[in-house]
Amino acid sequence: MSGSIHKSAPPHAGSTAYINARIVDPGGDAEYRGAVLISDGKIADFGPNLFASGAPYGIESIDCRGLCLAPGIVDTRVHTGEPGEEHKETLESAGAAAAVGGITSMVLLPDNEPPFDDASLIEFVARRARQIKLVNMYAYGALTVGLEGKELAEIGLLAEAGAVAFTDADHAVANAQVMRRALYYAKAFDALIVHLPQEPTLSGGHMTSGEMATRLGLSGNPPLAEVMMVERDIRLAEMTGGRLHLAKISTAESVAAIAAAKARGLKITCDTAAPYFALNDLAVGDYRTFGKLVPPLRAEKDRQAVVEGLKDGTIDAIVSDHRPQDQDSKRVPFAQAEPGGVGLETLLPISLELVHNGHLTLPRLFQRLSSMPAALFGLPGGRLAKGAPADLVVFDADHAWKVDRYELWSKTKNTPFDERPVQGRVMATIVGGRTIYRDDGFAVSAAAA
Amino acid sequence: MTKKRAGVPRLPHLLGIEGLSPETISGLLDLSENYIDQNKSIDKRRDVLSGRTVINLFFENSTRTRTSFEVAAKRLGADVINMDVATSSVRKGETLLDTAMTLNAMRPDAIVVRHNESGAVNLLSQKVNCAVINAGDGQHEHPTQALLDGLTIRRRRGSLQGLEVAICGDILHSRVARSNIHLFQIMGARVRVVGPPTLMPTDVDRMGVEVHYNMKTGLKDVDIVMMLRLQTERMQGSFVPSISEYFRFFGLDHEKLKVAKPDALIMHPGPMNRGVEIDSEVADDLDRSVIHEQVEMGVAVRMACLEALIGGQRNQIGAVA
Repeated sequence: MSGSIHKSAPPHAGSTAYINARIVDPGGDAEYRGAVLISDGKIADFGPNLFASGAPYGIESIDCRGLCLAPGIVDTRVHTGEPGEEHKETLESAGAAAAVGGITSMVLLPDNEPPFDDASLIEFVARRARQIKLVNMYAYGALTVGLEGKELAEIGLLAEAGAVAFTDADHAVANAQVMRRALYYAKAFDALIVHLPQEPTLSGGHMTSGEMATRLGLSGNPPLAEVMMVERDIRLAEMTGGRLHLAKISTAESVAAIAAAKARGLKITCDTAAPYFALNDLAVGDYRTFGKLVPPLRAEKDRQAVVEGLKDGTIDAIVSDHRPQDQDSKRVPFAQAEPGGVGLETLLPISLELVHNGHLTLPRLFQRLSSMPAALFGLPGGRLAKGAPADLVVFDADHAWKVDRYELWSKTKNTPFDERPVQGRVMATIVGGRTIYRDDGFAVSAAAA
Repeated sequence: MTKKRAGVPRLPHLLGIEGLSPETISGLLDLSENYIDQNKSIDKRRDVLSGRTVINLFFENSTRTRTSFEVAAKRLGADVINMDVATSSVRKGETLLDTAMTLNAMRPDAIVVRHNESGAVNLLSQKVNCAVINAGDGQHEHPTQALLDGLTIRRRRGSLQGLEVAICGDILHSRVARSNIHLFQIMGARVRVVGPPTLMPTDVDRMGVEVHYNMKTGLKDVDIVMMLRLQTERMQGSFVPSISEYFRFFGLDHEKLKVAKPDALIMHPGPMNRGVEIDSEVADDLDRSVIHEQVEMGVAVRMACLEALIGGQRNQIGAVA
C-alpha cells in the first residue's frame, strides 16, 4: 500500500469542499452523490445538492471522483504497547496504522503496564495524542484496581481525568458482587462499563471447544463460557440499572441472549470484533498462532450468527480489537502463544465484506463502525452533522488488494488476515479537517482558485 | 539383505498419522516387518543409515520411547545424540525455535522430537531442513506408537480391515488415542472410545468413532481392547473422583473382558498403572496380552520410519527454509 502520513499538517483553517463524493451518512441512513463542506476543522454543510453546480471560487475544492466519503471510524477497542511494551506498538505507530485504516478516533484499552487505574495515565494518553497529532485518542479507565476484579478503581477521578468508559480489558470480572457494585457505583457518573463476557473457570483453553480442538489436541474454551457470563451480566445490569456494554460477542447463544434482553427493553449494547464475523476456528488449523484470540475464533455457525446479529442490529458496533504481539510472543507452541491480532488497517476492508456480501448497506455499516460507538462512548466524531468535527474517511469500496502482513504500518505484523484477498482501500483520512493520511492515488486538491 | 526396497515410502517428516494414505501406512508396516527378524538375530546391525546423524530431542521425560528410537537408529548404523532437556540451554530460557535452529546448524539428518505442547513438533519442522519425527506432542499425535500398534495387530490378525477396536480410558489427554483413531480408521477398522465423559474430548464422535461411557457396552464383541494410561500429570482439577472408583468402573479386569470376543487382544502403550486402568492378571495374561510385543514392534517400526525418512542416497530431505 503506498500512501503517506502527514503528521505535520497544520490545523485546518478556512474552507475545504469535498465534491463528487458518494456520501455515506449513517445518521440519515442514506447514501447519495454529494459534497461536504469543511470550515475551520468542522463540518459546515453536506448534502446531495451542495455544490451541485460546482464549488464556488475562493475555497479549496477536492474532487472525490465518486469515491465514498463517510464519517471516520471510531474504534473502541485498541491496545498498544505504550506504556510498557513499546517494542510491540507505540501510540504513534498505532496512530499511523489507524490513520491508514480510516480510523479517526480510537479508545485505548487500560491493560498496559502500568494499567490505567490512575488518573495520571489517562492524562498521559491525552498528552501523547496532542504530541503525535494523528488520530483522536481516548482512554478507558480500569474498572478494578490492577484489572484484578477485586476492588473498584477510582471511576469518578478517572472519568474526571477524561476516561471515556471503564473496563478490565480482556479480563472478565469473575466476582458477581464486584460487578454488581461496579454497575451500581458507575451510575453516579453515568459511566459506561464495557465487559468481556467469559466465565474464567471455563475459559482456560486455547481455542474454541469442538472437533478442531480435539483433532489438534488443544484444550478447549467452550462457547458456553461466554453466554453464561452474558446472562449473568444482563441480570446485573437489569437489577442495577447501570450502563453495560458487552465486548467481542462471538457466539450464537450470546447473540440470542442479548437480542432477548433488548426485546425486554433493557438498554444493553454490545460489539463484536472483525475476526468474529470474518473467520472461524479453521483459521487456527496447523497451529496458526496468529489466529489465537480472546475469545477464541468460533465455529462456522457462531460466525454466521454474529453476521446475523450485525444485520438485525443486536450487535451495535464493530471494533478492531487491535492487539500487537511480537514474534517472540507468537512463534512458540500454540498453547504458549500470546493471544491477539493487529486489526487497525484491516478493520475497514474486512467490514466491507459485509457490504459486498449483501448483509449490510454502507450507511448501516458505518452506524456500527462510526456513529454508534461514538454515541455510546460520548465522543464528538463519528457522525455527519453540521458543527461536528470534520473527522472523515475517503475510500474506494471496490479496490481489490491482498493483505500482506509485511506491508502493515503497525510495528508488529500479527494479523489473522494475512494473505486474505479483500476489497476496499482508504484513500484519505481526515481528522479535524486535516488530511493525516493520503493514498498516492488520491488527487491532491486543486489549488485554491 | 536382499529384500526389495522399491516400496519404501518417502516422507519429508513424520508429524502425525492424520492425512497419511493407507498405502503409506502399509508401506511403513511392510518395511517394519523386514526388521523384526533382524532384531531377533545375533547380528542386529545394518548400515542403512551409516554416516547419518539422528538427534533425539526430548522436552518431556521418556525412557521407553527414547530408548526405542535410540536402539532403532543405532541398529541402522546412524550416530545418535540424545539431548537431555533438563541439562540443556532450554532451561536457560532459549526458545524452542532457537534450540531447533541451533541443532539444525549442526546438520543432523533427522531430529526425533517429543514436546509437552500440541503442535510444537509441527512448528519445529517448519524451521529446520532435516527430517523431523514426532515422538509425541502434547495431546496431539504420537505416530510411531500408532504404527507399532497397527503392526502388532496386523501380525496377529493378518489385517486391520473390519476389526472392532475399543480404545479405553483417558482419551482426552491421549495423543496415542488420536493417532490410533486415525490409523485404525484409515486401515479399515471401526473404533470405539470408552471412558468417563470427563475424559472424552469435545465432539470426539466427529472423528468417526463410537462413544461409550460404559465398559460393558464398549467392549461388547470387540477384537482389540486398548487400554490407556490415566494421565494424572496432565489433569488440572478433578476428572475422576478416585483411583478406586476409576478402576471399579473403567479398569480392565477379566470380568469386564468377558463381553469382548474370546480371542480379543489386550494392548497398552505403557507405562502401565497396574490397578488403575488395568488389572495385573489381565496385563500379564500371556494368551491375550500383547503388551510386550508392542514394545518389540516399536523398535522395528522406528527403524522403518528412519529408513523411510533418511535412508537411501538422500541426506537432505524436505528442506524448508
